[in-house]
Amino acid sequence: MLNAAGRDIPESVRGFSSLKPYMGPFALVPEGRLAGAKIAVDKPRSEKVLASIDAAIDAVGLKDGMTISFHHHFRNGDYVLNMVVEAIAKKGIKGITLAPSSLNECNDPIIPYIEQGVITAIETSGARGKLGRLLTAGKLAKPVIIRSHGGRARAIESGELHIDVAFIGAPACDTYGNINGVDGRSACGSLGYAMPDAAYADKVVAITDNLLPYPLFPISIPQTQVDYVVAVDSIGDPKGIASGALRISRDPRELLLAEYAATVIEYSGLFKDGYSLQMGSGGASLAAARFIKEKMLAKKISGSFMLGGITAVNVEMLEEGLFKVMFDTQDFDLPSVQSLKRNPNQVEISASLYANPHNRGPMVNKLDVVILSATEVDVDFNVNVITDSNGVIMGASGGHSDAAAGAALAIVVAPLLRGRLPMVLDKVDTIVTPGETVDVIVTDRGVAVNPRRTDLLDNLKDSGLPVMPIEELKRIAYSLAGPPAPIAKTDEVVGIIQYRDGTVIDVVRKPR
Amino acid sequence: MKKLRRTMMFVPGNNPGMIQNAGIYGADAVIFDLEDSVAVTEKDAARRLVYNALKTIKYPSEVAIRINHISTPFGYADLETVLAAKPDIIRLPKAESAEEMREIDAIITKAEEKYGFPPGSIKMMAAIETAKGLLNAAAIAAASPRMTAIAIGGEDFVADLKTARSRDGKELFVARSHILLAARAAGIDAIDTVFADVNDEEGFIAETMLIKEMGFDGKSVVNPRQIRIVHKLFTPSAAEIDHARRVLAAYQEALAKKSGVISLAGKMIDGPIVTRAERTLAYAEAVGAK
Repeated sequence: MLNAAGRDIPESVRGFSSLKPYMGPFALVPEGRLAGAKIAVDKPRSEKVLASIDAAIDAVGLKDGMTISFHHHFRNGDYVLNMVVEAIAKKGIKGITLAPSSLNECNDPIIPYIEQGVITAIETSGARGKLGRLLTAGKLAKPVIIRSHGGRARAIESGELHIDVAFIGAPACDTYGNINGVDGRSACGSLGYAMPDAAYADKVVAITDNLLPYPLFPISIPQTQVDYVVAVDSIGDPKGIASGALRISRDPRELLLAEYAATVIEYSGLFKDGYSLQMGSGGASLAAARFIKEKMLAKKISGSFMLGGITAVNVEMLEEGLFKVMFDTQDFDLPSVQSLKRNPNQVEISASLYANPHNRGPMVNKLDVVILSATEVDVDFNVNVITDSNGVIMGASGGHSDAAAGAALAIVVAPLLRGRLPMVLDKVDTIVTPGETVDVIVTDRGVAVNPRRTDLLDNLKDSGLPVMPIEELKRIAYSLAGPPAPIAKTDEVVGIIQYRDGTVIDVVRKPR
Repeated sequence: MKKLRRTMMFVPGNNPGMIQNAGIYGADAVIFDLEDSVAVTEKDAARRLVYNALKTIKYPSEVAIRINHISTPFGYADLETVLAAKPDIIRLPKAESAEEMREIDAIITKAEEKYGFPPGSIKMMAAIETAKGLLNAAAIAAASPRMTAIAIGGEDFVADLKTARSRDGKELFVARSHILLAARAAGIDAIDTVFADVNDEEGFIAETMLIKEMGFDGKSVVNPRQIRIVHKLFTPSAAEIDHARRVLAAYQEALAKKSGVISLAGKMIDGPIVTRAERTLAYAEAVGAK
């Protein structure tokens, strides 16, 4: 049946007896109660430290068919997920559901274990490279579930995603299970995405390369949530975990997109004292910070809070007093990791506090402005960030739909053409973020305002921006590159794209 | 007010990606280059590419094409191919005489007849890059009614002088002044040379200020990032606009009163000051400054 975003969603697919179609960004009213971890007990002077991952797998009682989880704060430098999956495979355990907060190219070594049936299901935010191609080929027993960061926190807290064992890579961990992300050579900063796992999993294992005497301080994930601690030689490659300061782009096209996005903010009507801002880590988004900074200084505007994934430019803006506080779910570079340790106004928050739509209020709900990137957009303002122009999974849902839904002004930035491919289309291949939550699309050849936002159209009249209808942007793109040929697909569903509320906004069908 | 040429951005004629996006950065003119940025083995491909780009893509700015000099094996073929696509301007590099410009003028005239373009619709500009060219600059600038601008090509010129570019540009001072005089005498635009180190923003700002104060109409740029800087520096400030408005108001008032002597805040206002104020306001209006 067609969902509210106009996508054809099958009533059931292999492995899922019923799929609930997307009804609109805030249409679903949740029912029921939160799930919870098992009640636990620990006697004084007992020992949480185990000798090996192997011993931990035994201790938690991991069995065929269970669900295990990981965080992706080590990004492309993560060793933990691969190590644990390898140890599980060696024990002959099969049929595992893997539920990491995201997957990266560094996780390619688990591919053989998918082929051997050790991992038979995956629920995550996205995947890239070989893993993305493998998921698109339908090599799992059931389709991969793609969730946003807020949607994942919701799924865990509601019990939809029940985690049997959470394995948490810990840059610093004491002998009684207190964890933080800011100390040690594998420091990754915020552990926000691991927090729901720690709070709701039946069993929690901390894996660290920096085992410290009790007590560790500061504490991000407390001893009350951690069953066992395992010390290993290395949990990640520091170069892959956090780069040096992410540099502002020198690419003139990204700078142009950034300047347009900053100008949209300036004229939006929201650009005043106390406004709040989220920026992604993409090139144009980072570069926008430079122009936003210039405009804030010129107009003597200071904001209230910044939110989401943090980079060096956010840290600079915080330190220069342009914002009062920064709520941090993830740190993309070393300056932001160091700042989290040093600056009390940079506050680590969980994925649930950040973006879970089904609690008493996530921070995205108080967001004024977000700048997001896109793989492709369409004339209905829908955004795809998950599949490429061949229909292959190559990205991640991340906080995209969460921030778009919450923010008063969601700006999506994309070049009009990538190579010879139009990026403004009649229909995106896969909807991750529905058009009704997207307000402005910024391209290098023009800026389109969602017709629902007549107020913005008025406000942008004097901005000097090349504002035009989205159909005109599409027409320009097609006139330069021709209309793209449709992607030939089979009927086989290989991916389920959940909206943040758990309904199905789209499915990924296997390309021919 | 006539067309602004604050920035004329060079785009290599053999780079499809850059050609495709050349129009998005807001340069007052783009110059598709068939000369120095295109290797000898790529010349024919580049001129076809540029021809097709002009036929396919609607550029929001003026489009110029830097052809190879007509003394090379490529210059005539460049003209034959690209004139059919009706560029706004043909730019001749290393111009040394008025005769060259007139020869190109004749070729353009024929092409305009052949393709049915309005006579005189394709303009010409010349780049002075040698001592000989500089000494003939006045004649070159006035060589044809098609002439719309004259530019200095700094790198080649200083090489011809047997020196190198310095930071303060003293080696170019005479040439810049001379080109400006030639341009003004002929009533056409004077365009300054490129500043090659795109990461030296400070140096670029200093050079742009210098040539603006000298009287140049604009500057050649090699990177879109330079456009914003030039446009900002060429935009009259709010104080300048305000002053110009007050000058004109005082002038109008004096005219109304038929008073012979005009003064504003104790300073005498005469013809040139009024002309300058009018120019400032027209310029401000053209660039949308308030």
